[in-house]
Amino acid sequence: MLEVMDLACRRGDRQLFSELSFALEPGSLLHVRGRNGSGKTTLLRALCGLLAPEAGEIRWKGEDSRRLGDDYRTDILYFGHLNGIKGDLTGIENLRVSTTLEGNRVGEERLWSVLGQMGLAGFEDLPTRMLSQGQKKRVALARLLVSDAPLWILDEPFTALDTDAVDLLQTLIAGHVENSGMVVLTTHQEVPITSGRIRRLHLGD
Amino acid sequence: MWRAFTCILARDLRLAMRRRTDVLTTLFFFLIVTSLFPLGVGTEKQVLHALGPGVVWVAALLASMLALERLFAADQEDGTLEQILLTPQPLSVLVLAKVAAHWLLTGLPLALIAPLIALQYQLPETPRMAMMLSLLVGTPILSLIGAIGAALTLGLRGGGILLSLLILPLYVPVLVYGAGAVTVSAIDFADTRPYFSLLGAFLLLSLIFSPLAAAAALRISLE
Repeated sequence: MLEVMDLACRRGDRQLFSELSFALEPGSLLHVRGRNGSGKTTLLRALCGLLAPEAGEIRWKGEDSRRLGDDYRTDILYFGHLNGIKGDLTGIENLRVSTTLEGNRVGEERLWSVLGQMGLAGFEDLPTRMLSQGQKKRVALARLLVSDAPLWILDEPFTALDTDAVDLLQTLIAGHVENSGMVVLTTHQEVPITSGRIRRLHLGD
Repeated sequence: MWRAFTCILARDLRLAMRRRTDVLTTLFFFLIVTSLFPLGVGTEKQVLHALGPGVVWVAALLASMLALERLFAADQEDGTLEQILLTPQPLSVLVLAKVAAHWLLTGLPLALIAPLIALQYQLPETPRMAMMLSLLVGTPILSLIGAIGAALTLGLRGGGILLSLLILPLYVPVLVYGAGAVTVSAIDFADTRPYFSLLGAFLLLSLIFSPLAAAAALRISLE
């Protein structure tokens, strides 16, 4: 379980938020909202350790996430504004690299079926720079299907996706929460999940 | 850990094969710079013998630096660097894999082509072989030290120039002993072994410390 205590972050001279505390139990989703520039992305980057907070502590399973290091990184999956895929590699190659680096041994057949599930059948072995924005995003999101990390940190995962893909992603998120996973996400739309708890956090004001 | 190393190495080599121009640019830069000097200073044998080792080594330094700027910048632009930082693998091992790929694509071709380049300076066979050997030992050091600079200047405006200012002074010992080995090898009864031992010592030292330093610099640069 994730606990955030008295977290404060600043970018340059601007204090984005301070004394932010919350806890997230297995089987729940945290929906972070706020206007543009209110520090949503900063919060998410601080949560996954890409950015050192000014003050406060992020605890994972009762221990300081900084001290956990690789043990913490095994347990999180971060999806940022950038897709994190290489334009010159094909969808399959991109997925293979990211699963290998995450330390998962995933068979070749599974990789193909995952991309098929993401609606990319027929596009698996094209360099991803030839794909549309939405398709690139689908390639990047395919990681959600092969990862077994309990904590998903998703920054605006719904942008550039068509309605089919939005539905698919919502099902994935709902499924993850149902399997007592944890999700932290920023988005401007509602996430309908039937089971589990939704918590809201409003940044700014 | 070994799987992650080979995974990154294979990924970078594959990416380079899909964008061959980047690799060829470095090689042609090296070829052209080293060919300009004999054309400029004339064909007098003694002058060429004196200039050769230094010029080839300086050209190798600059050529290896050309591709350095892109070492991490390309991965930063598409967000793959973020993902690499968040994988549960020791970052220094992944950095070492990237450096190894950089060397295989820039340093190794330069070293292999060097004996041919040395012909333009009318160097006899022994110094030509010494040139290849010294570049084989020396260019990995260039890639390793360069990675620290590339990581430190990542995402800065005008990072390319800053990178050269930061890294070139650190290349001095490698240049002195690398070019020195070639010069000395042309003299009869002179011993080149001290030069190669020192280069080897530099290589071991940078092999141990520079991945750690570059990994730490990357974490700072991405904040």
